[in-house]
Amino acid sequence: MSAVALPARPGAVAGVKNTLTLAWRSLVSVKHNPMELLDLSIQPIMFLLLFTYTLGGAISGSTSAYLSFALPGILVQNTIFATMNIGILLNTDLTKGVFDRLRSLPIARWAPLAGRIAADTVKQAWSVALLLGVGMLLGFRVQTSFWGVLGTFGLMIVFCLAIAWVAVLVGVIASEPDKVQIFMFAVVFPLTFTSNIFAPTESMPHWLQHWVKINPVTIVADAVRGMLNGGPVATPVIQSLLWAAGFLVVFAPLAVWRFRRRV
Amino acid sequence: MTNAIVAEGLVKRYGSTVALDGVDLAVRTGSVLGVLGPNGAGKTTAVRILATLLRPDAGRATVHGLDVVKDAHRVRSLVGLTGQYASVDETLTGTENLLMIGRLIGMSRKDARARAARLLADFSLSDAAERAAKTYSGGMRRRLDLAASLVGRPRLLYLDEPTTGLDPRARIEMWEIVRTLVADGVTVLLTTQYLDEADQLADEIVVIDHGKVIAGGTPAELKSRTGAQTLAVRPVDPRDLPIVLSVVGEVTRSTPEVDDNVVIAQVTEAAALPAVVRRLDDAEVEVAELTLRTSTMDEVFLSLTGHRAELTPEVAAP
Ligand SMILES: Nc1ncnc2c1ncn2[C@@H]1O[C@H](COP(=O)(O)OP(=O)(O)OP(=O)(O)O)[C@@H](O)[C@H]1O
Ligand SMILES: [Mg+2]
Repeated sequence: MSAVALPARPGAVAGVKNTLTLAWRSLVSVKHNPMELLDLSIQPIMFLLLFTYTLGGAISGSTSAYLSFALPGILVQNTIFATMNIGILLNTDLTKGVFDRLRSLPIARWAPLAGRIAADTVKQAWSVALLLGVGMLLGFRVQTSFWGVLGTFGLMIVFCLAIAWVAVLVGVIASEPDKVQIFMFAVVFPLTFTSNIFAPTESMPHWLQHWVKINPVTIVADAVRGMLNGGPVATPVIQSLLWAAGFLVVFAPLAVWRFRRRV
Repeated sequence: MTNAIVAEGLVKRYGSTVALDGVDLAVRTGSVLGVLGPNGAGKTTAVRILATLLRPDAGRATVHGLDVVKDAHRVRSLVGLTGQYASVDETLTGTENLLMIGRLIGMSRKDARARAARLLADFSLSDAAERAAKTYSGGMRRRLDLAASLVGRPRLLYLDEPTTGLDPRARIEMWEIVRTLVADGVTVLLTTQYLDEADQLADEIVVIDHGKVIAGGTPAELKSRTGAQTLAVRPVDPRDLPIVLSVVGEVTRSTPEVDDNVVIAQVTEAAALPAVVRRLDDAEVEVAELTLRTSTMDEVFLSLTGHRAELTPEVAAP
C-alpha cells in the first residue's frame, strides 16, 4: 500500500516550505484584521507624533533635537510591542483549535512556530521602515551612513527573534488571548517606559536610574542611537547582543518545553 | 474485509480523571463507525488519539497498519480530522484557509487553488469564499472546517460531533455530505450524542460511557436491544396510571417509568403502539397524550446500563 511509501517524517526542505506557507498565512491575515495593521502602523506613528510634539520642547529644547533622541527609542519600543503580538496570535491559534488542525497535517512539527516568527520578522522590518520614513518626513536625518541603517534593521530583527521567545512562552501558558494582553500591560509597558527611550536617564530619580541603565530597552535604544545619530556603537551593540543571547538561552528552551507540553 | 482502524485497550488519564479506560475499536475499510456517548464519555479523547494529537497512556492503535504513535507522520497523511469545534483561521477567507492547507500538504499553487475552489463549491461556500471566516455562520464554519479536512483527499475521515449545535436543516445537509463521502469510498469514524444520527449514518455503532465501550453492533442490533423509540402515555385521569403502567409494561415487555403522570417505556417493535392504543381503549382509559419518538441518548443509556447518563462534572483546565 502507498502508505508505507510515505516518508516517516518531513525533511528539512519540506519543513522550510511549511514555514513559508505559514508565514504567508500570518501576513495575509493582517489584511482582514485591521486592528493588527493599526498596531503595526498607526500606533508607532502616533507615539512618534505625540511624544515629539508634546514632550520634545520640554525634554530636548526643540522638536527636531528630540526626534533624533526619541526615534531610535520608539523603534525599539515598537519592536517589543509588535513582538508581543506573537503571543496573542499564538494563543488564539491554540485556543481556537487552529493548532490542532495544523498538528493533524503531515507537516514539520516546528513549522507553525517558525512560521509565526518568520512573519513577525517581516512585520518588524515594515514597522522599522515606516517609522524611519515618517521620522524623515518630520525632519529626522540619519547622521551616519547606509550601514548604520542596515545595522539598525539587523539589530532590531535579532532582538525581536530573541524576545519572541518570551512572547511564545506567554502565549503558550496563557489560557486565553486576553490574558496575554494583560501581561503586555502589566510587564511590557512598565519595562519599556522605565528606560531612556522617551527621556534621558539623568532626568529620572536616582533610585530609578540604576534600573534604567541596565534595562535592555535602554541599551538597545542607545545602540540604535549610535548607529543612526553617531556616537558610541560598539559597547551598546555588544551589550544588546548579550541581552538578546540571554533572552534566547533562558526563554527559548522554556517556551519550547511548555509548547510541547501543551500541544 | 480489512480494518482501516484498530484500537486495543486505549487508556488516557488526566490526573485522577480516567478519560479512556481500555477502549477497543475496529473500523472496516469503507464503512462508517458511529461512536455514541454522552458528554464526557471520552469520544473526543479517543478521536484525538487516533488522529495523533494525543498519546495514549496505554494500549495501541493502528491506522491502515501504521501505529498512531510510532508512525504519526504517515498516519497524518492518511487521515482528515474535523474536530468538535471548528478549527478554521477566522482571520483568513474561506479560500485562503483551504489554500494554506493545500500548500502545507505539498500541492502546487495551481492545484491548491483549484482544489479550494472545488471544495468551496461542493460545500455551497462559493459566495462566501472571499470573506473572512469570522463573518461565517456556525454552519458555514463547520462546512469550511470539513472542507479543510478534505483538501488532501484523505481515505479516512474523523468527524467529532459534526452536527452538534447545527439547526435541523444544516444537520441534514451535513448528513448528505457524509453520505456522499462514504459513497466515494472514504472510511468514516464519527462521534455523536444523537442516536438518530448514528442510526442514519453508521454501519456499526459503539456506545461508550465513562471511557468504556458498553455496547456495540449494527444500528438494527442496538435498537432491538435497547429500544430505539420511546413511548409516552399520559392518562387524562392520574388515577388510571396503574392500568396504563401495566398495559404498557406488558406490551413492551419492560418496566416503564413514571414521570410527572406520564408513563414512559422503550419500544423495540413497531406493533407496540397500536397494541397499546387498543388495550387502553378496551380498558376505557382516556388518554391525554400518546407519543412515539426516537429515544434520547439518556433513554438508550438507561436501558443499556440501568443508570442515566449523568453529566460528568467538568474538570477544571490544567
Ligand atoms: N485536557 C484535559 N484535562 C483534563 N481533563 C480532560 C481533558 N480533556 C478531557 N478531559 C476529561 O476527560 C473526560 C473525557 O473527555 P472527552 O472530551 O473525551 O469527552 P467527550 O465524550 O468528547 O465529551 P463531549 O460530548 O462533551 O465532547 C472528561 O471527563 C473530561 O473532563
Ligand atoms: Mg467531545
